[in-house]
Order: sequence, then C-alpha cells, then structure tokens
Amino acid sequence: MAIAFKKRPGLVIYLTTGDPDLETTRLMAIEAIDAGADVIELGVPFSDPLADGPVIQRASQRAVLRGTRLEDVLRVCREIRAARPQAGLLLFSYLNPVLRMGLEKFAQAARDAGADGVLLTDMIVEEAEEYRRVMRQAGLMPVFLAAPTSPDGRLQAIAEACEGFVYAISRVGITGTQAELAGDAEALVRRLRRFTQLPIALGFGVSTREHVRALGEFADAAVVGSAIVGLIERTPAEQAPRAVGELVQQLCGGAKTA
Amino acid sequence: MDSTAGAMGTIAGAAREALGRFGVYGGRYVPETLMAALLELEAAYAEAQADPAFHAELDGLLKDYCGRPTPLYAAKRLSEMLGGARIYLKREDLLHTGAHKINNALGQALLARRMGKQRIIAETGAGQHGVATATVCALFGMECVVYMGEEDMRRQELNVFRMRLLGAEVRGVGAGSATLKDAINEAMRDWVTNVRSSFYILGSALGAHPYPTMVRDFQRVISRESKRQILEQAGRLPDAVIACVGGGSNAIGAFYEYIPEENVALIGVEAGGRGHGLGEHAARFAQQGGGVPGVLQGTYSYVLQDEAGQIAATHSVSAGLDYASVGPEHAMLHDSGRATYTSATDAEALEATKVLSRTEGIIPALESAHAIAEVIKFAPRLGKEKIVMVNVSGRGDKDMGILTREMDLSGDATGTGKVSAR
Ligand SMILES: Cc1ncc(COP(=O)(O)O)c(C=O)c1O
Repeated sequence: MAIAFKKRPGLVIYLTTGDPDLETTRLMAIEAIDAGADVIELGVPFSDPLADGPVIQRASQRAVLRGTRLEDVLRVCREIRAARPQAGLLLFSYLNPVLRMGLEKFAQAARDAGADGVLLTDMIVEEAEEYRRVMRQAGLMPVFLAAPTSPDGRLQAIAEACEGFVYAISRVGITGTQAELAGDAEALVRRLRRFTQLPIALGFGVSTREHVRALGEFADAAVVGSAIVGLIERTPAEQAPRAVGELVQQLCGGAKTA
Repeated sequence: MDSTAGAMGTIAGAAREALGRFGVYGGRYVPETLMAALLELEAAYAEAQADPAFHAELDGLLKDYCGRPTPLYAAKRLSEMLGGARIYLKREDLLHTGAHKINNALGQALLARRMGKQRIIAETGAGQHGVATATVCALFGMECVVYMGEEDMRRQELNVFRMRLLGAEVRGVGAGSATLKDAINEAMRDWVTNVRSSFYILGSALGAHPYPTMVRDFQRVISRESKRQILEQAGRLPDAVIACVGGGSNAIGAFYEYIPEENVALIGVEAGGRGHGLGEHAARFAQQGGGVPGVLQGTYSYVLQDEAGQIAATHSVSAGLDYASVGPEHAMLHDSGRATYTSATDAEALEATKVLSRTEGIIPALESAHAIAEVIKFAPRLGKEKIVMVNVSGRGDKDMGILTREMDLSGDATGTGKVSAR
C-alpha cells in the first residue's frame, strides 16, 4: 500500500461512497483499480458539500439519505484494501464528519482500514497544525488542495504540507465536468514544481481521455470525479462496476467501449 | 462531544489571533480557492478601517441614507402591562429597508467598491439582508445576485419582489431544506467560481475570518448608540440587553459595547421552533437537543448535527433564525458565560408579535419577536427599578403573508387596544 503513479499520467478516481450503495462502491473501486486506476479517492458523503458541483452534490445527497456514515466509508476502505493490497487509497471528506468522530479516533480507524492518506476539502494549511500531527502519528499522508488563485507563498506551504502527492485544482470553481481543460491548469502545475518533488495530480473538470492525455504533458496524474459519479448516476447499480471499469480503461487510453 | 471540542481546541490553541479566533471558535475552513480572496478582503478591510475617509463616507450614508441614529424608545405600555422592569426598545426596525441588515450591507458594499469589485453576491434567509444588499447595489450601480432557499422565497415572497424591483437577480436554491444554510452553500459556490470578479456580502456574523469580525464591527453601531442613549434617557446602563440570534449579527451588534460592563446581562434568544427534537428548532445552544462544536460554512462554532456529523435540518417560523450554526463570537460568549442564550418557540414569537403590536403600535419582524417573547417572560421577574433593553432588529411588514396564515384575529378584535399577557 502506497501512493504511486506507475504510468504517466497516473489516474486517480473519485467515488462518492454509498452511492448507489456500499457494496457497489466496493465493486466499482475494485473494477477501477483493475482497469488501471492508481489511486481511489473514497468520498465521505456530506450534507453540505459546498465545494462540489451538481453531480457530486446529488450523489452525496443520495448517499446521506441512505444513511452512509464515516464508519461505513472506513469499512468499505478496509474491504478494498483486503482485496487489492497494492492500490492507493485516499479518504476524501469535508471536515465536520471527521471532527464529529474525533481527529485521533478517525486517524486510528483510517489507518486500521488500510487508508494511505486523507484529503479534507475545507482544511487549509494555516489551520492544519494539529491535523498534520495526528496524521503523522498514524502514518497517514495528508494531501492538500492547491488552487490557481493561491499565490506562490501559499503554494510553497501547501507543497510542504502534502505527502504522497499534491492535488492541483485545474480551474477556479467547484467540481464538475467541462468541455476543455482550463488555461489556469498548466501555469499552476508549473508554479508548484518550483516547490516540490512530489507528483502533482490535476483535478476538477477532468472528464475525458483527451483531457487526461493533454494534462499528461505537464502533470503527473489526472483526478476524475464528476464524470465517474455522473456515469454511476445514469447506470443501474448492477451494471455500474463494469461501466466504471470500462470508463477507467478508456481514460487510461485502453480499449474503447462501444 | 468532548473529544470533538478537544480535537479542534488544540488546533485553535495553537492558532494565532490573526486567524480570526474567538476563544477556540472561528477560524477559516474553506476550499483553498477562496483563501486568496479572504486574505485580500482581510487586508482591504484593515486598510479601510484605518482610513478616516472610509468612516466618514459610511457614517454619512448611515445618517442621511439609512436614518441613523435609530431611536431608543421607552416602551411604557409594554412595561406597565408586564409589571416589572422598565423596557426600552432599540428601534433598528425604523432603519431604511426595515432591519439592521443594512448597517452591514452598506459597509461591505463600500469595501467592495474600494476593492474595485463590480459584481456582488449575497445569500438571504428572511430576505432582509437580500433587500439591504440589493438596495446598496442600486445605490452604487453594482450588479447583484442573491441566493435564497425556495422555502424562504415562498414564506418571504414580498421581499423577493422587493429585491427584483431593486434590480437584483434572485436565484432560488432547492437543495437540502431550501433555507438559509442552502442559500449560503450556493452563494459560496458562486464565489468560488467567480472569485476574481465578485465580492460576497455575507449577511451575518458567520463564515470564515474576517467575516465574523467585520460584520460585528459594522453592527457595533447599535450598541454604540444605545449606550449613549440610555445614559441620556435613564442616567445609567441597562441591567440586561436582549436580542434574537440567527447567525448572530444584530445580537453581537447590540451586545458588543456592553461586554466589558459586567453588570449588564446579555441575553440571546434562539428559535425554539415547535419542539426539542433535532430538526424541530434552531436552538444551537439548547441543553437538550442542541448543537455540538463543529465546522459549517467556514467557521468552527456550535452546529446542530447528527451523530455522524451531518448537518441537521432546522425549523423556525422565522426564516432569519432558521440556521444550523451560529456566529463564533457567540459560541465564545456562551462558553465563558458572559452571555446567556435562551429560546422562544414559534407560538411564543407569534404571541409576542401580537403583544407588541397592540401595546406599543410596533409590529416587529418575526425574528425580533423572539426577543420580545423573552422580555415578556423576563421583565415581570424584575423590580420596577430595573432596566431591560430589547433590540428590535426589524419590522414585521415582510411577515404579513406568514402572519395571515398563522394567526386568526377574527375573534379577538376588541377595538380597545388591550391585550392580555398569557
Ligand atoms: C429582522 C431580522 N432580525 C434578525 C435576523 C437574524 O440575523 P442575525 O442573527 O444575524 O441578526 C434577521 C435575518 O434575516 C432579520 O431579518
């Protein structure tokens, strides 16, 4: 278990855990890994996902309504870890569910579940002293977001606080698909390189093989979220794992589906 | 519960004043994309605060455009009826647009203009902050987009029309319970997306630093005036100040200058709604069924939430108090015991609306009626030599739709102007 990008660009796949249900999330994650995803981000559904666009908002709401809790996400994480010991597994959450469990308790549980790292959407580096200490103690890698609007000083602090990789936000905005990669993306990755040797993954608005290929020119990995979550929304649960596997294969440049 | 508070408490303990801490509460928990904007705002605000020209323009508009100072009014008939303390009303309801919200909207709009931002975003619950923001945008010729929960649009439809008449675009939000919290989520999404061109005028003492401090500073004028006025009229400070608490802006403004005055009790009144269960009220500080420290929409404070950390639904007859969290400075005042927080139910607020209307000829906003409901319980317990000040944060015009649905007046129109305290 480690976060490593074996090919270039690597691929990170986001899933809203519990949408459509926990078992399907587990199966989809395994399909995605087998189809070439280097890292799975297991999203913890939250009632108020203010950094997310409509697609992930809807998925989150469905999962919350089904009663999906942080404990459930940790259980799915453990099951995926047992099935695929080599995959990178990142827990992706808003802060409040983690605080409610308690930082220390969460970190222990995440480690026990076999997670490699954690990303908290609404945790910024200035507030992260205690969080980073607890992560370090548990042997978990904290990943922070870097934005096109972040000035160099902040990028440096962010790069220094990250372990595993740095998550660069491709554009100014919330999650969601878009037709073209934003012009902001390449400039951000270039600025980040000055401060870190870590791989840089680019996310928000990355949805097609064409995007993945294009960003491979300057970034180390692509993060695909809304395109996957949207596909899951449109697909019956029993067919979702296979559909996800096929999309991942396609994103990796493998066999195209009909 | 303890481990939750403890975990963040340690973070907070290490944090600097510069991060906007009120004790362990407050701080800045936002997506990174907003950080540059928050830092820019913080710097621009500090610069404006130090600039006499900024204050001169703000004070001039507060006076000539908004109608400050607002009166402090000795409510003799209400005091007599309750038979206890002498009650004074701070009349924020008489301000232009009908509530205290314009104090803050005007201040932030001036700041936006200084920063060269032409597009304004706001959220609104009861619609008063939306109307205030639409008003100042009209005044300064700025583009204005207001997010409002669809449930709130329905129950405060008059204010929706007012905003549109003033030239603002009102965007309905259907997510969640379609109330204030959901409107803030959507306003923040807009801000994240348009952060380079837009200024977010947040309407209460909530959100990430510097908002809670900035909004409080713009609302502080309430207690600055009331302190001078009560000294002139009564020759001494009040024994208690009472205000309703939604996000907490009118309350923090009404309390602020009295915080160092230890003999002045500060009482915040939350929405008790229709019951004690989670989802039935918005009483974040309630002993039973109340909130737990957590993070919602950028700040660490008391939050109504379930055991899994999902934000709870809330209920109040008043849209402006119907919110799952509360300004972080109130969380600090609560924990230190400097202020106490109580609640009034929907029914008590409706009754208080009637009482104030019929004893003083003042129809309060449903939010403000929660503060009136508390004084109805509190004043009779005090002797006639005591003084209680109540902040009437807004007027009730906006609530006529709800009131016609919630109240049946056909049986009690006696024509005598008398009312019984129940
Ligand atoms: C008249 C009035 N009072 C009070 C409030 C509650 O807000 P706050 O607690 O920020 O004063 C509102 C909010 O809409 C309002 O319109």
